Amino acid sequence: MSRVRVLVGTRKGAFVLSSDGKRERWDVSGPHFAGWEIYHLKGSPVDPDRLYASQSNSWFGQVVQRSNDGGRSWEPAGNQFVYDGVPGTHQWYDGTPHPWEFARAWHLEPSLTDPDTVYAGVEDAALFRSTDGAQTWQELSGLRQHSSGSSWAPGAGGLCLHSILLDPSRPARIYVAISAAGAFRSDDDGETWRPINRGLRSEHIPDPDAEIGHCVHHIAMHPARPEVLFMQKHWDVMRSDDGGESWQEVSGNLPTDFGFPIDVHAHEPNTIYVVPIKSDSEHFPPDGKLRVYRSRTGGNEWEPLTKGLPQRDCYVNVLRDAMAVDSLEPCGVYFGTSGGQVYASSDSGDRWAPIVRDLPAVVSVEAQTLP
Amino acid sequence: MIRVILPAHLRTLAQISGEVTLEVHGRATQRALLDALEATYPMLRGTIRDQVTQDRRPFLRFFACQQDLSHEPPDTPLPKAVATGAEPLVVLGALAGG
Repeated sequence: MSRVRVLVGTRKGAFVLSSDGKRERWDVSGPHFAGWEIYHLKGSPVDPDRLYASQSNSWFGQVVQRSNDGGRSWEPAGNQFVYDGVPGTHQWYDGTPHPWEFARAWHLEPSLTDPDTVYAGVEDAALFRSTDGAQTWQELSGLRQHSSGSSWAPGAGGLCLHSILLDPSRPARIYVAISAAGAFRSDDDGETWRPINRGLRSEHIPDPDAEIGHCVHHIAMHPARPEVLFMQKHWDVMRSDDGGESWQEVSGNLPTDFGFPIDVHAHEPNTIYVVPIKSDSEHFPPDGKLRVYRSRTGGNEWEPLTKGLPQRDCYVNVLRDAMAVDSLEPCGVYFGTSGGQVYASSDSGDRWAPIVRDLPAVVSVEAQTLP
Repeated sequence: MIRVILPAHLRTLAQISGEVTLEVHGRATQRALLDALEATYPMLRGTIRDQVTQDRRPFLRFFACQQDLSHEPPDTPLPKAVATGAEPLVVLGALAGG
């Protein structure tokens, strides 16, 4: 029978939640790296027992951890992220030039084909790749050296590259998203990049339709239909049917189109999930009701999913990397909150139950379906 | 041998308990000591000083012999009591935090 492993990064350590295919009883392992912020951990699709974790804090900086046994044991890997060449400057919050400075790795994306190859999205925004199991990292500097790079400005969370999508049908195609620069695509394995933000509209920048400057919160795709992208922007839920060449708003009847995560059902490429948040200044659900919204039409028409979720006095947030799906039947959906709950649904979102209630604030959630 | 007391998180990362003792060849300076520490425990690279600039990470301090040595140039000789192992060098993390 298949099993599920849910990898949870929190403000004070990592947790590994395991269950059989029924997803009713869970074993909780952790905290791993207790006391450290774990921005993200994720397993290789080729070798599910190969995990990578981004461990950091303000005192001791960045550490990358690697596991070869599904998270039972870990070993520190390489943590030297050096920008290629003379890094130059990007724009600071006040509009002045600011030197590029590495702060932390937000997202680790293992290769679809090689367990030793893994990508890292970092702050200040850049994309790195390791081909030796995270021992050494090389910047794919064509992204940061794009002609717009010096004009990129940070969002409230920093100038972070937080989303990395690898196209299974075109091995040379990579999508990334940066707050608050926008989305970018490479069709040559990360050598060169171009912005893919046509159709995005952001009222908080001088030119709302500008090519650069959009605070993209997260992007998602279904592997069977990789030319279709979904995006949760600072405001607006967006969809592209042409690999990011153009975007259309699909917020539809959402109670608010602000939010952070967005994800796609494992078996239904047109079924997507978001967690609406009241506003950019009030990072909690509207009306104190924690509701996941599901669209079975690829956007525009949304239904609230509430069964098992708190429907009063709930003021948690769900961060951009804190939602994931498994590939069992029915599809499992998971998300973690700033209040330390990790909720699971084993029926595509119809009903929810907490796996754990009292973890540190959850930063990231990934799900692995195991044989 | 030079004695070093590390913060708890770094002891966990390096899988050590208690003080670290290190042999430093040549002049016993802050730089030579950290070089020896990182050579023995490579997982500590980047956690005490930046890997590129070699600057001390801003939330860490170096104390020894009732003195704050954090702002000493890295090639300044360590106090004799540290160099001889009579006193430890303490790497201390800022006490603020959540």
